[in-house]
Amino acid sequence: MTKKLNPGRFLAWAAMIVVILATVFPFWWMVRTALTPAADIYTDNLGLLPEHPTLINFLRVLGLTSEAENRAAGGSGAQLDFAAYLVNSIIYCGLIAALQTLFCAMAGYAFARLRFPGRDLVFAIVIAALMVPPIFTLLPNFVLVKDLGLMNTMAGMVAPTLLMTPFAVFFLRQFFLSLPRDVEEAAILDGNGPWGIFWRIALPMSRGPLITIGLTTIVWAWKDYLWPLLVGRDEDNRLVTVALGVFLQQSPNTQPDWTGLMAASTLSVLPVLLLLVFVGKRLVQSLNFTGSK
Amino acid sequence: MSSTKPRDDRRAAWWFLLPVLVGFAVFYGYPAARGLWYSVTDYTMLNTPSYVGAENYTKLVQDEKFWNALLVTGWYVVLNIGSQTLLALGIATLMHRLTRSVVLRATLLLPWLVPNVTIGLLWMWLLDTNLGFVNQLLHTVGWGPVGFFTDETWAMPTVAGINTWAYTGYTALLLYAGMLQIPQYLYEGASIDGAGEWRMFRRITLPLLRPVLALVLVVSLIGSFQIFDTIAVTTKGGPVSATQVIYYFIYLQAFKYFHMGYAAAAAVFLALILGVLTAIQMRLLRASRSDLA
Repeated sequence: MTKKLNPGRFLAWAAMIVVILATVFPFWWMVRTALTPAADIYTDNLGLLPEHPTLINFLRVLGLTSEAENRAAGGSGAQLDFAAYLVNSIIYCGLIAALQTLFCAMAGYAFARLRFPGRDLVFAIVIAALMVPPIFTLLPNFVLVKDLGLMNTMAGMVAPTLLMTPFAVFFLRQFFLSLPRDVEEAAILDGNGPWGIFWRIALPMSRGPLITIGLTTIVWAWKDYLWPLLVGRDEDNRLVTVALGVFLQQSPNTQPDWTGLMAASTLSVLPVLLLLVFVGKRLVQSLNFTGSK
Repeated sequence: MSSTKPRDDRRAAWWFLLPVLVGFAVFYGYPAARGLWYSVTDYTMLNTPSYVGAENYTKLVQDEKFWNALLVTGWYVVLNIGSQTLLALGIATLMHRLTRSVVLRATLLLPWLVPNVTIGLLWMWLLDTNLGFVNQLLHTVGWGPVGFFTDETWAMPTVAGINTWAYTGYTALLLYAGMLQIPQYLYEGASIDGAGEWRMFRRITLPLLRPVLALVLVVSLIGSFQIFDTIAVTTKGGPVSATQVIYYFIYLQAFKYFHMGYAAAAAVFLALILGVLTAIQMRLLRASRSDLA
């Protein structure tokens, strides 16, 4: 491989830069609009920076302004509280990621390392659920959550994914299968039962895959829309994604409240952006795991 | 360990499996059975389901909207998978031959981390007919405003383009992970023999990547059949029914018209289509395993 900058490499880098710009620019424009006063969007719409930068849009979607100020800034006057929606989303993701990962690790471990009659059959049945499209179970699950009286509760929202997804069981079992047997046997000689081995040996040895599945679960839960839209419409349990949809429909006139919407959109990206900054390397490496295995 | 009788962890095992089995039974197994039952009943969520035999299915195959939904979904899948795969392959190759930068990879991953709702809103703003950045830009070069979401011919390509933007980086990183497994000496050897980049791509990268490529292709194919969020935020199935994909069709039947039985029948239909695709995926998975060995 030659590393000197010949015309080919120059062109390749140029193409790469175009790709990066195309990836980043829409986000730039989102933040840029969020910092623009509503009155300016008719006139100031091509410059890379707003002519009169303001924080008013962020303040109003965070519920820090009065109704009159909202109207003056181009909003509907409806009170929004994206701080609360962010907290709801974080609770939702945290609960699902933590418990689903733990429970699926337990099951994956049992399927991989414990011996009991019916093991392969039970595993095959659980894995068969991978083939069922989510919308198929979504309709009856909606009825079920309604019948259980869990509509508009956090419990109803997390219920279907809190305990398991077939993919996580499958993924973690794959990993536990590859744990060396002699470590396990040494632990048995030390007087550990299955629970002790799982907790003290298997889990610490599987930090990589556990973090992979945990992070992936957080990302998917953060993006969830349809299910929380159906069972979590109430203000108290509304997630960021659902709130964005509701906000869009609340627009005062024919034109959506773009500056407010972009401020809210920016807030919805912020937590995952922080995730990317702090565990970006992990996240990127996790694709090598899930992608090619 | 040389115990005389084979180890039996059955008591511990069922405790390990308990949460996952409860989650599976309540939110996968039971709803799947219930969904099948709904599909042969007349059910509005207010009455008790009454058995109507194959009526929902016969109505379904005569329903123009249903066929339109399948057709529209197919059109979306072709557009989205086509553009996404080609672009991702190009980006992955560029990265493979240019850089291993983690920062670059993290940047490409960014759109994947963002909720589809946010992405829908963001592009609705960028592509807004009157004030959007893209139309302003077109205006300065003398092109009339394009109704990206309101024009029947443009709506679906627009939605497909948005999701291509959102998922290409992720797909590219999966393909890149696959490329990293191709032995470097092959490229060095070819380079010494005077092979150009295009030749190396065709003779080395493409053939050796085939199993990973096939897998990624089928997984994103199955995923793109299930497009919902972007449509729900931007076009709501319109204009007319130009973007009323199958997921949105089912959603409307169930939660707008309360034809739960009818929606369940459509969901069974979708499950069958995805079942076939999954079967293909399984075959490719097996093929890819033997290829890499």
